[in-house]
Amino acid sequence: MPITTTKSAFWAGVRDGAPFVFVAGPFALLFGVLATEAGLNVFEVMTFSLVVIAGAAQFTALQVMQNEAPTVVVILSALAVNLRVAMYSAALTPYLGRAPLWQRVFAAYLLVDQSYALSHAKFDAEPELTVPQRMAYYFGTCLPVLIFWFGLSYLGAALGTQLPQDIPLDFALPIAFLSMVAPMVRTLPHLIAAVVAVIVGLLAVSVPYSLGLIIAGAAGMMAGAQAELMLKGRAP
Amino acid sequence: MTDGMTLWTVIIGLGVGSFLLRFTFLGFVGDRPLPDWLLRHLRYTAVAILPALAAPLVVYSGENGSVDIARVVAALATLGVGIWTRNVFAAIGAGAVTLIILIYAI
Repeated sequence: MPITTTKSAFWAGVRDGAPFVFVAGPFALLFGVLATEAGLNVFEVMTFSLVVIAGAAQFTALQVMQNEAPTVVVILSALAVNLRVAMYSAALTPYLGRAPLWQRVFAAYLLVDQSYALSHAKFDAEPELTVPQRMAYYFGTCLPVLIFWFGLSYLGAALGTQLPQDIPLDFALPIAFLSMVAPMVRTLPHLIAAVVAVIVGLLAVSVPYSLGLIIAGAAGMMAGAQAELMLKGRAP
Repeated sequence: MTDGMTLWTVIIGLGVGSFLLRFTFLGFVGDRPLPDWLLRHLRYTAVAILPALAAPLVVYSGENGSVDIARVVAALATLGVGIWTRNVFAAIGAGAVTLIILIYAI
C-alpha cells in the first residue's frame, strides 16, 4: 500500500516496527530482572530504561558498576557500546535534517537499532516521501518497540526478586553480550576487531579502574579499521 | 552493590551522553559528510567492546577467578549458534540450555 498521507506513513511505521517487539522486549525483561538483582528498585530501573533506551549500553553499565569501577569508567564504557547510534544519526540526517528542531530532538531521543534500520531502508527505497511523511514513519516504527521496552522493563523489575534462587543468573549478562555480538560479526575485519578486543581484554583485566575494557575496545576498533583498509587495498 | 549517588550519576550521565550521541549529527552537523577514518572506527565499536566485556566474565568465571568449564562451554555455544543462525534468541537459548545441562551434569 503506497504512503499518501502523514497519517498513513505513521501507521505504516507502526506495522513495520511491530515484529521488533520480540527483539527489544526480552532484553527489557532481562534488564529489569538483572538490575533488580543488582539492587536497583523499580523506580531506578524504570528511570534507567526511560532515560537511556539502549539495551547493550544498559547491560554494560550494570556489569561495569558491579565490577566496582569508577563512575566515569562506567559511563564511558556504556557510551562506547552505544557509539553506533552516532552513526545512525549521521545516516538519517540527509533524510530528516530539514525537519523542525523539536521533531529532531524527539527523533534523536528515540533513535535505536530498529527505528534506524527500518527508516533508513524505507527512505532509501522511497525517495519521493516528503520530510513530514518520513518523520511520521520514523515515529511510527518507534511506538511498538517503546511500549514493549518500558512495559517489559517494569515486568522484569517486578519479577526480579521473586525468581527462584538456583537459576544461574550470574551468567545471563555474558550470554546476552555474546548473543548480541555474534550476528554483528559479518566480515573479516569485524572478526579481527572482536578477537583483538578479547585478547587485549583478557590481558588487561587487572588494569586498575576497569580501564582495561576501554583499552581493549580501542585496540579492537583500531584493529578492525586497519584490517578494513588493508583488505580494501588488496581488492581490485 | 553501589550507593544511590553513584547510580544516579550513571543514569543521568548515560542519559545525557546517549542523547548527545544520537542528536549530534541530526541536530548540529546537518548534511555535512563525516571523515572516512571516523566512520571506519565507529563501525567496530560494538563488535570490540562487547566481546572485551564478556571475555573476562567467561574465562575467569569460576571460584576466585579460575576457569569454570560449564560457563566456558555455554559461552562457546552462544557464540557458535549466534554466528551460525544470526539469531539473537537462538544464541541465548543455546547458551542457557547448555549452561543448565552442564551445571546439573557436573
